[in-house]
Amino acid sequence: MVTHRHAQRIAVKRTVIRSVAALIGMFAFAFALVPLYDVFCQVTGLNGKVSNSAQQIAHQSVDEDRYVTVQFITRGSAGLPWQMSVANHQLRVNPGEISEINFTFMNHSDKESLGRAVPSVSPSEASQYLRKINCFCFDEQKLNANQKLMLPLVFQVVRELPKDINTITLVYTLYPVNGKEISLVHGSRDKKGDTI
Amino acid sequence: MAKLPPKPIPLHSTAGVADGHLDTHKAQAKGLMRWLLTTNHKEIGTLYLLFSLCMFFVGGIFALVVRAELFQPGLQLVEPEFFNQMTTMHGLIMVFAAVMPAFTGLANWMIPLQIGAPDMALPRLNNFSFWLLPVAFTLLLSTLLMPGGAPNFGWTFYAPLSTTYAPPSTTFFILALHIAGISSILGAINIIATILNMRAPGMRLMDMPLFVWTWLITAFLLIAVMPVLAGVITMMLMDINFGTSFFNAAGGGDPVLFQHLFWFFGHPEVYIMILPAFGIVSAIIPTFARKPLFGYASMVYATAAIALLSFLVWAHHMFVVGLPLVAELFFMYSTMLIAVPTGVKVFNWVTTLFRGSISFESPMLFALAFVVLFTIGGFSGLMLAIAPADFQYHDTYFVVAHFHYVLVPGALFAIMAGVYYWLPKWTGHYPNERLGQWHFWLSVIGVNLTFFPMHFAGLAGMPRRIPDYALQFADFNMVSSIGAFFFGISQLLFVIVVIICVRGGKKAPAKAWEGAEDLEWSVPSPAPLHTFETPPRFERSS
Repeated sequence: MVTHRHAQRIAVKRTVIRSVAALIGMFAFAFALVPLYDVFCQVTGLNGKVSNSAQQIAHQSVDEDRYVTVQFITRGSAGLPWQMSVANHQLRVNPGEISEINFTFMNHSDKESLGRAVPSVSPSEASQYLRKINCFCFDEQKLNANQKLMLPLVFQVVRELPKDINTITLVYTLYPVNGKEISLVHGSRDKKGDTI
Repeated sequence: MAKLPPKPIPLHSTAGVADGHLDTHKAQAKGLMRWLLTTNHKEIGTLYLLFSLCMFFVGGIFALVVRAELFQPGLQLVEPEFFNQMTTMHGLIMVFAAVMPAFTGLANWMIPLQIGAPDMALPRLNNFSFWLLPVAFTLLLSTLLMPGGAPNFGWTFYAPLSTTYAPPSTTFFILALHIAGISSILGAINIIATILNMRAPGMRLMDMPLFVWTWLITAFLLIAVMPVLAGVITMMLMDINFGTSFFNAAGGGDPVLFQHLFWFFGHPEVYIMILPAFGIVSAIIPTFARKPLFGYASMVYATAAIALLSFLVWAHHMFVVGLPLVAELFFMYSTMLIAVPTGVKVFNWVTTLFRGSISFESPMLFALAFVVLFTIGGFSGLMLAIAPADFQYHDTYFVVAHFHYVLVPGALFAIMAGVYYWLPKWTGHYPNERLGQWHFWLSVIGVNLTFFPMHFAGLAGMPRRIPDYALQFADFNMVSSIGAFFFGISQLLFVIVVIICVRGGKKAPAKAWEGAEDLEWSVPSPAPLHTFETPPRFERSS
């Protein structure tokens, strides 16, 4: 009887240790899901997040027979007294073609501030096929009091874009940037020492 | 709790016996301290059940505030902000403070009795995991009195509603949920340790009653997903207070990630709230049909299959966030696949009834209503699983109707069935059958009056979580509100039945129900405080 109780106690201890290990593992897994999710989305382009760095031009001939509408939406943000506008709300482009469009940033306050336009593509499957050769969204912007700044976006919709996608919407949302967190400011130098 | 059996002196052959008095381990605490310090699985089970009952009424009052406001279109009684707090708190209290603790309470009471164990494997931990709950929910309810009000972002607390736009009390909500989560996890560890190690000699896993089986699987689900919930709310806490950007697009985070993480917890969570109910119903139906359960093994495998599939279906809550077509299809089919093991269960219950000698006492009535009404909830779930159709149903009252059908006449009716079924074992008296029948019929009418019209309101396009609505939904809402008050008030009858049963009534023998076969019916009624001090001999019935 005593040995039975003793054996039972050891078995209980073993079960508890295993459950606690599983528990800690699952807690860590929840946090591991954050980078995993980012990697997964980057590989598949599923959450509409677009590459945050300049991409190469895909050298391919322009598909004259197909037109894709690229729409631009700009949104402000609480906490940043900026306005962002776009020269044209939509462009009709041929896949393979390289296009340029200008965006205007306007600081409405009497103080200089830092902000960033974060892009998102819809439908999300299209995000892989919209290549940005040059974009203000790669960096933070600094606007002086009441300054107006015009910046270009150079992009290409590659020919591999699935046939069922005829319209791509690119949304820019402005977010304030905390001065301390600045890594790259427009006009400063990046890691390689090139002027941005 | 006036007439509790006095604690018998445990018959241990310890050193104390030698000096002429029996060692009772330590001085027996009296009054409140007895309940605060108890390590007895039956007393802790009772505490859990009483706590759950109180919280059921608290959450119910919140629901009635919601239904009162929705009685007519237009804003009559409460501010929209307060309305949102009520829907949120109703959901949180019912899920985390009413349904889950009720099942844990039943597990505490019945699992040791059903497997022939003297107590839970870790009695002190058991006490701790219960007493965490009042702390957690006092904290959660106190947010109602805080400046800015209680959480108002829905029980699913989607970011950024629950981070950037949340009231200041959100940090307290996170803490409360952490404590409740720890309580559930500790409870689950205890249950797993008990079931795996403390079974009566000779009882194999496949000999265990289904309530024990379903709880074992539920406990594994709890261990797998409660840490994920803890992770999510920790990330929220850091986003709110420490400037991280897990769910904030401005800092490179993604609000959709929140929904993925939440539903990775949330979908298994809904099975946590229904699997033990399957176990209870699988005990009651064979008893009152006086036939062994049809397809015991297939019930076990179906439960395990549901639990495994529950990890692969989470994004069916997110069909409209912009998933790619492949994902929509995958989650649509995997969700529909769950209908197969669930169908097996319903088939087995119906087949158990087939050619049985059925009698209709209150526990059986609730169990039968469970089978019928839960199946209705299951079918509306299948409708929602159809991704293209979900674009129409999403966030409408159809969803509200669906999950209330699986949770109220589903989980809640199973809990009530279980209480009626085991009350003779707990108190030594049968619950008053006439009052029980009244309670059942009033509940069934109330539930259907409340939730059935919601299907129509939802299909016609009424969005959920709104304090005001378009005029064409007025009639459906009026019926729902009348039904809700009807249902709410008829639950007072349940309290009366329980109180009467604790105080007296028809004496119950050890085997209180004619067809009951499990081990708990071999101990006297009421079950003495200490049972199975020496393990029973388990004899296989088949």
